[in-house]
Amino acid sequence: MAFLEFQNISKTFDGIPAVDDASLEIRKGEIFSLLGPSGCGKTTLLRMCAGFERPNAGRIILNGTDITDLPPNERRVNTIFQSYALFPHLTIFENIAFGLRVARKPDVQVREEVEKMLQIMQLKGHEQKKPHQISGGQKQRVAIARALANKPEILLLDEPLAALDLKLRQRMLVELDAIHDEVGITFIMVTHDQTEAMGISDRIAVMNRGKIQQVGRPAEIYETPLTSFVAAFIGDTNFFVGQVAPAEDADYCTLRIEGFDPVLCFNDKKLQPGQTAYVSVRPEKFRIHTEVPEGHSRLNVLRGKVTDVIYEGGHTDYWVDGPGGYRISVTRSHQRFGLDEAPITWGADVWLSWHADDGYMLEQYREDDEGLLRLPSPADASLLTELPDES
Amino acid sequence: MKRSRFPLVVTVLVMLFFYLPVLVLVVNSFNRSRSSGPWTGFTLDWYVRLFGRRDIWEAFGNTLIIAVSASAASMLLGTLAAFALHRYRTRLQDAHYTMVYTPLVVPEILLGISLLLLFVALGVERNLTVLFIGHTTFCISYVTMVVLARLQDFDFAMVEAAQDLGAGPWTIARRVIIPLLAPGIFAGGLLAFTLSIDDYVISFFLSGPGTTTLPIKINAMIRRDAPALINALSSIMLCVTFLLVGLSQKLNKENRT
Ligand SMILES: Nc1ncnc2c1ncn2[C@@H]1O[C@H](COP(=O)(O)OP(=O)(O)O)[C@@H](O)[C@H]1O
Ligand SMILES: [Mg+2]
Repeated sequence: MAFLEFQNISKTFDGIPAVDDASLEIRKGEIFSLLGPSGCGKTTLLRMCAGFERPNAGRIILNGTDITDLPPNERRVNTIFQSYALFPHLTIFENIAFGLRVARKPDVQVREEVEKMLQIMQLKGHEQKKPHQISGGQKQRVAIARALANKPEILLLDEPLAALDLKLRQRMLVELDAIHDEVGITFIMVTHDQTEAMGISDRIAVMNRGKIQQVGRPAEIYETPLTSFVAAFIGDTNFFVGQVAPAEDADYCTLRIEGFDPVLCFNDKKLQPGQTAYVSVRPEKFRIHTEVPEGHSRLNVLRGKVTDVIYEGGHTDYWVDGPGGYRISVTRSHQRFGLDEAPITWGADVWLSWHADDGYMLEQYREDDEGLLRLPSPADASLLTELPDES
Repeated sequence: MKRSRFPLVVTVLVMLFFYLPVLVLVVNSFNRSRSSGPWTGFTLDWYVRLFGRRDIWEAFGNTLIIAVSASAASMLLGTLAAFALHRYRTRLQDAHYTMVYTPLVVPEILLGISLLLLFVALGVERNLTVLFIGHTTFCISYVTMVVLARLQDFDFAMVEAAQDLGAGPWTIARRVIIPLLAPGIFAGGLLAFTLSIDDYVISFFLSGPGTTTLPIKINAMIRRDAPALINALSSIMLCVTFLLVGLSQKLNKENRT
């Protein structure tokens, strides 16, 4: 049974939906991330879990108890606020002790619990300082310690790393993971940063415009995106659209894509001949060749011309103009760069190949989501070249 | 390198302009001469005489009662008004803001006359309560402005954090909001206190027989008593005012980091 359950939660502000019919099941002890672009309703969903907002519809069930209408101070759920919201007039010690003092715990116990938190969070020696005397990373640890001292069943973190600089962000991510291992309670984290979510989470819910798009392990989300939004928001991808035709193997189908040779594609959605299929192929699924690759029955091959090369050290991104006006983003990682990998430059004629299993059929496709891709569509690119020359 | 003397000269001139009259007043309060003319020797006589005057003591008492009660009332009401203004932004609140702000810019004499007309129309006798209400009306505005300024950098996520940690509304007020706003509230209160002590115009319209305040008293004394006596009284008031303003500024700076 799910530990925390959101059942058909909706919330509107002034008639505008912020969260729209969201249902989620979160398991005990996991790190669960709500991932989506800013304004998609992640914080609102989190605040409903904490009790700061009431949903317009739906129930929230924690451990079998309906907590939808409980005020925040009666829920065993604690929040790390984006601004940390430490109390500036109290010492670090008293900040961490706040919840225990409110609960009128005896002094000895307060001291003991706070000492333990100071130990875990490596804040020893700072207990008599005021919040403005410590660093950003330490403030965050105080915020976590203050929440955990209350022994919550769930810790909610709203963009916990957003206020830190890049280096510290990476370190705190590792630390958060360590803290989670140490205390073993459920973490729900809000973030708009996919690497953050992918790196730390057991499972991720991807949100867009108040709706939950997909829930799954990071690899599932990346490898088998259900919607064009998920495919384009997480990492980069290429979309292809074609008509389904039967293939020899019933698990596969042949796609007729304008300008392409017939393309073989894994048909897990069981589309019928004549239906339109939208397929996502990630840039690193392509192999790029300077000669016609040796084919086999499951390999798709197409010809194209390299229009741009972006060398990034560990890998190179190529933009390849393919048939049918498709502009394809391809990534090649380098193991033996400059040795036995033939250099590919701008204007080169190349072949791209990809395995039929590596194109993933989408359940839902929206043209707008193309805007999230790295590669400008050919239409945008032609706009760029038409700009007046400054020289 | 030669530094320009100009800023120094200007500073000195401004200080002279502001404080020379005050200095003359304070020095003269120790002058033996009755008419504050030429220096004829040091004396504390005027201060001693001041202590013997019952009517002055009475005016002093009135001033103190009004200042304490008006600043206390305006601390409470002004803080509440500041909260309402900060939290809710509606058209009604914009009107409210204007209303709170107006007494700071309207000529005091208008405020005095309108209050007088109001009390006359109501048929209320001019007693201490009337003075108290009059002073509170303008004191509220000052407290509200000071507290409002402090609310600008008050992170309301702290209120939610406290609630999240199990605190009820009363605990939040006592342990988070009041401690954080107290310096602002007191700074506003002290400012109100000094303004109330000094106030002449509004008191002029609202004080009646038996409810004379110190500034009114001083004005009356100019015609009858030795100028040196007034100097002594003014010097004392000056000291008290400086002290309070200094305290108010110190409080307002605290916890501002
Ligand atoms: N208190 C509020 N009043 C009005 N609109 C709000 C409020 N909180 C959030 N919203 C709106 O709801 C939407 C979702 O906001 P939020 O949950 O904060 O998004 P996210 O955390 O994903 O960036 C946004 O369009 C935001 O403007
Ligand atoms: Mg947010």
